[in-house]
Amino acid sequence: MTNLKRLTNALLPIVAAAVVFLAGWKALVVIANYPDWFLPAPEVVAQRFARAWLDGTMWRHASATLVEIGLGFVVGAGLAVGVGYLLARSRLAERLLSPYIVAAQATPVLVLAPLLVFWLGTGLLPKVVICALIVFFPVAVATMVGIRSVDARLLELGQALRATRSQVVRHLELPAALPQILGGMRVGVTLAVIGAIVGEWAGADRGLGVLINLARGSLFDIPLMFATLATIAGIALLLYLVVVLVERALVGAWR
Amino acid sequence: MGEGRRAREQSAGTSPDTRFPRCESRRKEVIALAQIRLDNVSRSFTVAGATLPVLDAVSFDVPSGGVTAVLGPNGSGKSTLLRLIAGLIAPDDGSITIDGLAVADADQRVGLVFQEPRLLPWRRAIDNVAFPLELAGVGRAERAERAARLLDLVGLSAFERAYPHQLSGGMRQRVAICRALARDPQILLLDEPFSALDALTRERFNAELLDLWQRTGTTIVLVTHSIAEAVFLSDEVVVLTDRPGRVAARVEVPLGRPRTAAALDSAAFSRAAATIRSHLSGRADDLAAHEAAAAPIHDVLERAGAPAWFDPFGGGV
Repeated sequence: MTNLKRLTNALLPIVAAAVVFLAGWKALVVIANYPDWFLPAPEVVAQRFARAWLDGTMWRHASATLVEIGLGFVVGAGLAVGVGYLLARSRLAERLLSPYIVAAQATPVLVLAPLLVFWLGTGLLPKVVICALIVFFPVAVATMVGIRSVDARLLELGQALRATRSQVVRHLELPAALPQILGGMRVGVTLAVIGAIVGEWAGADRGLGVLINLARGSLFDIPLMFATLATIAGIALLLYLVVVLVERALVGAWR
Repeated sequence: MGEGRRAREQSAGTSPDTRFPRCESRRKEVIALAQIRLDNVSRSFTVAGATLPVLDAVSFDVPSGGVTAVLGPNGSGKSTLLRLIAGLIAPDDGSITIDGLAVADADQRVGLVFQEPRLLPWRRAIDNVAFPLELAGVGRAERAERAARLLDLVGLSAFERAYPHQLSGGMRQRVAICRALARDPQILLLDEPFSALDALTRERFNAELLDLWQRTGTTIVLVTHSIAEAVFLSDEVVVLTDRPGRVAARVEVPLGRPRTAAALDSAAFSRAAATIRSHLSGRADDLAAHEAAAAPIHDVLERAGAPAWFDPFGGGV
């Protein structure tokens, strides 16, 4: 009973916010009398959303995007943890690499994407590269900060116990920095979604970015465009939730 | 010499577990033997370009199997002394030997308990105790069994699965002591281990520590700034002066074992405490001299504390 009550208490504000949002949207459409091709009403989008999922269109494109995000995130975050560690522990590495990392981060993905598609073709690879690039920065910075803030007293404990370099990394530094690293991944995973969509815009034959282009271009199916947007938002939420759950499983017990 | 080498091999081996049952007799045999010997040990630190002497020509030895307290005011280099014995830092001058052999880098004959528990917050109590064994490559089953036995020794069996944040401060420090004992060191170094606890808990834990010592037979060197604690726990108290730390006196504690809280009220206890206090206050009473001695150090710390960007081109005026 108390569990149920707690669940309702947790869900209530979420549901309330959704209701207010949808009601506002609907009210805007009704009052301003917008046609479907300008701003479709929520129920129109919902219908189109359901139809696109039922006839397989949405899944065909969403699955491609998910693969890009998944691969890009794993590659980007994996590299970022390694490089972030290096930046934290080596002054030389920081001096050599950080200007390029910051410059790469400051270069708009919108500019980079067509270039990568031009070089690497319209397949999976350029999207994975774009996702990895965009995930890299927040995770690398979070790792660097996390490793740098590892309590020196814990490192002295490692010294007293004659821990090897790799034991220090595995048993002391990475676990201690894990909360920060996962924080960086929270940001990274939502950015990865943007990366995949932008990559698809620059040239692809499948993916949610492609579907948006199709919907607003040749198909001129604005409700489908909104349904695709809803799918993208849903994917971002889902992935964020996955990171939060992983975080809870890994560091929830001891924090 | 042969004895020392054997002891060292034993501590370096992966299965030194056999020591527990026979340690009791071992302690009685060799109690008079010097185990740790510090000879003219000096150490200074460089803080922001200034040299800060912390220990100055410190010499004393610690008998095997006994409890020796190192007592001194704040900043007399007590913690530095323990780090030197543990081999975490090297002396600038002088030598430190254990069983006649020079202390090596992070010496494994020594278990160190820090001032604060320093547990790994992501590990359960039992895994924290097993951590040194894990690093040494001891198998999972063996290290779990040994860690469980150590936790039982300090009465924490019920909390094996608890995370550090779920334990009280005193429990955490007991887990830390277990961790220091995990590799079965010959020597246990304690750096004001209960200083964060309230006076009553502290008294109880000191009694527990004696009990633990009696059962494990480990040589104990403990640092404290409480006279009562030093006298209650130890066979001999090494009194350090204000910075830089020098040995002001070595005071024998003529109290029998086992000791109970009643010892705190005995005449012998009061006499020993009074002797120690006289060695400490001999300097502190002379306020002028004390301040004169402290002034240059104060100056050094002041400079050390100044942010570099106040004077990016160096300290010259």
